[in-house]
Amino acid sequence: MTSADNLRAFKRDGRIVIVGASLAGLRAAEALRAEGFTGSLTMIGDETCEPYDRPPLSKQVLTGWVPAGDTTLPRRRDVNAEWLLGVPASGLDLATNHVRLADGREVPFDRVLISTGVRARPWFVESEAALDGVFVLRTREHAEGLQQALAAGPSRVLVIGAGFTGSEIASICRERDIAVTVAELAPAPLVGALGAMIGDVAADLQRAHGVDLRCGVKVTRLEGDDQGRLRRAHFDDGSTVDADVAVVALGGIRNTEWLRESGLAAGPWGIACDTGCRALTLDGLITDDVFVAGDVARCPNPIYEYRLISLEHWANAVEQAEVAAHNMVSGQADRWPHLSIPAFWSIQFGVNIKSVGVPTFADEVVVTQGSVADRRFVAAYGYRGRVTAAVSFNNAKWLDHYRQLIETAAPFPPPSPTPDQPVDMKPVPVDFPGPVLLAQGATVVVTGHDPSERRVTAAQQNR
Amino acid sequence: MTTTEKPDTLLRILDYSSRADPYPLYAELRETPVARQADGSYVVSTYREIAELLHNPHLSSDVRNLSRPMEAVQGRTTPSFINLDPPEHDRLRRMAMRHFGPPHTPGLVTGMEDDLTAVVNGLIDGFAGKEQIDIVDDFAYPFPVTVICHLLGVPREDEPRFHLWVDAIVNSIDYNPETDPKEKLENGVQAREDLRQYLAGLLEQRHGKPGEDLLSRLANDDGPDGRMTDEEILATANLLLIAGHETTVNLITNGMLTLLRQPQMLQRLRSEPGLVVPLVEELLRYEPPVHIIPWRAAYTDITVADTVIPKGSKIMLMLASGSRDPNRFHDPDVFDPDRRDNEHLGFGSGIHLCFGGPLARLETQIALTALVQRLEEPTLVTDPPPYRPSPVLRGPIHLHIEQNKN
Ligand SMILES: Cc1cc2nc3c(=O)[nH]c(=O)nc-3n(C[C@H](O)[C@H](O)[C@H](O)COP(=O)(O)OP(=O)(O)OC[C@H]3O[C@@H](n4cnc5c(N)ncnc54)[C@H](O)[C@@H]3O)c2cc1C
Ligand code: HEM
Repeated sequence: MTSADNLRAFKRDGRIVIVGASLAGLRAAEALRAEGFTGSLTMIGDETCEPYDRPPLSKQVLTGWVPAGDTTLPRRRDVNAEWLLGVPASGLDLATNHVRLADGREVPFDRVLISTGVRARPWFVESEAALDGVFVLRTREHAEGLQQALAAGPSRVLVIGAGFTGSEIASICRERDIAVTVAELAPAPLVGALGAMIGDVAADLQRAHGVDLRCGVKVTRLEGDDQGRLRRAHFDDGSTVDADVAVVALGGIRNTEWLRESGLAAGPWGIACDTGCRALTLDGLITDDVFVAGDVARCPNPIYEYRLISLEHWANAVEQAEVAAHNMVSGQADRWPHLSIPAFWSIQFGVNIKSVGVPTFADEVVVTQGSVADRRFVAAYGYRGRVTAAVSFNNAKWLDHYRQLIETAAPFPPPSPTPDQPVDMKPVPVDFPGPVLLAQGATVVVTGHDPSERRVTAAQQNR
Repeated sequence: MTTTEKPDTLLRILDYSSRADPYPLYAELRETPVARQADGSYVVSTYREIAELLHNPHLSSDVRNLSRPMEAVQGRTTPSFINLDPPEHDRLRRMAMRHFGPPHTPGLVTGMEDDLTAVVNGLIDGFAGKEQIDIVDDFAYPFPVTVICHLLGVPREDEPRFHLWVDAIVNSIDYNPETDPKEKLENGVQAREDLRQYLAGLLEQRHGKPGEDLLSRLANDDGPDGRMTDEEILATANLLLIAGHETTVNLITNGMLTLLRQPQMLQRLRSEPGLVVPLVEELLRYEPPVHIIPWRAAYTDITVADTVIPKGSKIMLMLASGSRDPNRFHDPDVFDPDRRDNEHLGFGSGIHLCFGGPLARLETQIALTALVQRLEEPTLVTDPPPYRPSPVLRGPIHLHIEQNKN
C-alpha cells in the first residue's frame, strides 16, 4: 500500500483521540471533520460540561452580565465524537498508542492531539487557599463562585498578582464599586507581559480608577477567622489589608504531569512541538502521531529566531488547533506550518488593550502614535533594531500595520512620523523583570556519549 | 524604483465610456500594483497593497497634507471626519458613533428592521399598475434617503431640494481641471454652501430640545468627549447625508442588476431567504458602490510593493479592483455568495471603515429580499443600463425592469 492509500484509509476509518476538551480541542475536532475525517473521534476532558469560552469569565461573567453557564462555545459544525467527560487522562503510552484514564480505562488511538491547557496556580499554602473567600479563576465554577462573592458586596477584594487576569478582575471590582487592593511583586501591573513603560501606564490607569495598588510587595499570609473565612492578608513589608475576598491571580501551571512517563518533551514549560504542531520526544525528535495545540503547546516561531514560545492566547489556541487538525489528516507534503504572529486582547478600566507579536522578545519600546496621557496610543517593541511587537491602548485598528512590520523585520524604531504624533518618540529600555517562575533548576539531563546513545531524561520536576 | 506604466489605463477608467464595465481595465491596472501617474499621483490597484495602505498610519485623509492642493475638496467649510486624521478623526467619529451604534446605542440599527420593511413594502406597493419600473427612481434611491433623513431628523418634504445639492456635490468629487468645465466645480462648491446653510437652519432649531434624531442628540450631547461645535455637527450631518444618499442606492441597484443577469441566483434567493446575508457581502465585493477612494496623502515617504511614494503625493486606492484581485479571491470575476473568507474592500478598512456599514447591509438585505419575493418574473429592459457619471460612486442612473403581468 502506498502512503497515499494509508492516508485515505486513515481519513476514512482511523481513530483520533483528543485529550483536553476545551477551546483548542473543540476547534480541532471541528476542523478534522471539515477536513473530511470520517473515522472515530474521542474527546477526553476532565471537566464535566461541554467546552466553554474562558475570556468572558474575567469580564462579562464577573460583572454579572452573562451567567457563567452561558459561555458554552458556539459549535461550527457537528463533530460526531464520543465524549468521555469528567475523567482526566492519567497517562499516554506511545508504545501501544493508548491514552490511560484515571478510572483505569484505556483508549486506543492512531493519532492523538494533546490540548490540556493550563490550570490556575493555586495559593501556595493549602490551608489558606481553602479559606472561604479565597479564589482562583480559570474555570466556569471559579467564575460563578467569584461572581457570587462579588455580588454579596464584600467590604474589600484583594487581588494577588496584576497580570491580565488580575487587572481585569480589579477593573470589574471598580466597575461594581467594590473597594479593591491589588498586590504585585513587580514594580507595576502587566510588567511581566508588556514591560516597565506600559506597566507605568497601567499603574496610573488603576490608580485613576480608585484601585489601591501596591507594587513591589509580596503577600505572605492569608489569615482567616474561626469560621474559616478570609479576614486579612499580610505583606512582606509588615503591612496588612483587611479583605473578605482574595483572588489569587498568579498565572497558570501547564497540565503536563500526566505525560511524565510518556517520553514526550513535556514539562512545566509545556509540550515542545514543531511548527506543524507535532510533539517532540524528550530527545527532541519529532513524533508522527502525537500533536499539540493551545495553551499547553510550546512551538518554535521563525520570526523569533526559532525560539520555542508558549502563549496563553485565545487566537493562538484556535489557529494551532486548525493547523494540528489539518496536519493530522494530511501527507507530509501538504502539511501547514503554524507561523502566525501572536495576537492578544484584554479589556480593563474602559481601555481596550491589544497586542501583536511577542512583547517579551524585545529590548526597547517606543510610543509611535497617539497620546499616552489620553490612554490612546500604539507602542512598538524592538529587538536589536527590528520591530518584534506592538501594543495598542484604545487604538487597535492600526495593529495590522505593525503586524506587517513584524513580518517583514522592519527596522526599529519605525522611522517616520504620522499625523497623530506622540509627544515623546524616544525609545526606552523595555525592562522586564527577570524570569522568576521558570528555570528554577535543571528540568532535563542529557546522558550518553555516542550519537546513537545520547538521550535526554527528565530531571525531578519542581512544582 | 517607481514605475510609470500605462498611465492611460486610469484615464480610460475615469472616462465615462467604461462605466458599465471597468473590470477588464482594473485587471490591466493590477499588472502594476502601484503605478505612478503623469501628474505625480499614485494609483494602487491590488488587494494586498490597498489593505496595507488602509492600515498604514503614514497616510493622511487630510487634504492639507497633499503637496498639490485639490480644489474640489478644499472647500471653505470645516472638514468632516472622513477627511480628518487622528486624533480629531477618532474623537469626532466616536462622538457621532455614540448615537449610531454599540456600545452606547446598540439596538439602533437592528431596531429599525420593522420600519425599514414597512418603507420597502410601501415603495413596492407603489409599483402597482406601472408598465415599467425604474428600480433606481422608484425604489433604491427613495428608500435609503427616507431612512437617513429620518435618522438625522431632516423633514422628508425638503428632500427634493437637497437631492439636487447632493448630486452637484458628488459630481464635483472627481473634478478634473484639465477636462471638466469650471462650472462643475463651482456648482459643487455652491451646493456645499447651500446644504450647509440649510442644515445650519435645522440645527438652530434643535439646540436645547433633546430629541431622538441625530441632529438633536448631537446638539444636546453631554458625553465624555463633550459636545461638538456647530461647525462640527454640520460637517458630520453633511457627511452622513451624502453617504446615506449616494451609496446604498447603488448597492441595491447593483444587486438587482446582478440577480436579473443571473435568474437562477434570483430563484435561489427566493427559495433560500437566508442567502441574502452572504449575497450582500458578495455584492460588496463584486459590484461595490464605492469603486475608488479618490485620494489619500502620503504624510511621509511610504514604501509599498517596493515603490517609494514621496511625501505629499496623492494616492488613489482602487477598492473595486482590489476586491477582484485574483491573488486574493479565487475566481474573482464569478459572483459567488457561497464564497468563504470574503474580506472585501467594499466598506474600506482601518480607522475610516464605513460607519454606516451595519445600516447599509440591513437596508440592502431587506430591499433585495422584498424585491425578489414580490416582483413577478422581472426582466431587464436594457442591459447594460445607463450609468451615473461618477467613476468613484459608481452605479446605474436608471434600472428599468418589466414584470410578467398575466
Ligand atoms: C479568566 C481568563 C480570561 C482570559 N482572557 C483572555 C483574553 O482576553 N484574550 C485572550 O487572547 N486570551 C484570554 N484567555 C486565554 C484563553 O482562554 C486560553 O488561551 C484558551 O482557553 C486556551 O485554550 P486551550 O484549549 O488550549 O486550553 P484550556 O482552555 O485551558 O483547556 C484545556 C482543557 O483540558 C482539560 N484538561 C487538563 N488536563 C487534563 C487531563 N489530564 N485530562 C483531560 N482533560 C484535561 C482542562 O480541564 C480544560 O478543560 C483567558 C483565560 C482565562 C482563564
Ligand atoms: C452600501 C453602502 C455604503 C458603502 C459601499 C460605503 C462605503 C464606504 C467606504 C468605502 C468608506 C471609506 C472611505 C475612506 O476610507 O476614505 C466609507 C466611509 C464612511 N461611510 Fe460609508 N458606505 C455605505 C453606506 C453608508 C451609510 C448608509 C452611511 C451613513 C449612515 C455611511 C457613512 C460613512 C461615514 C460617516 C464614513 C466615514 C468614516 C470615517 O472616516 O471614519 N456609509 N463608506
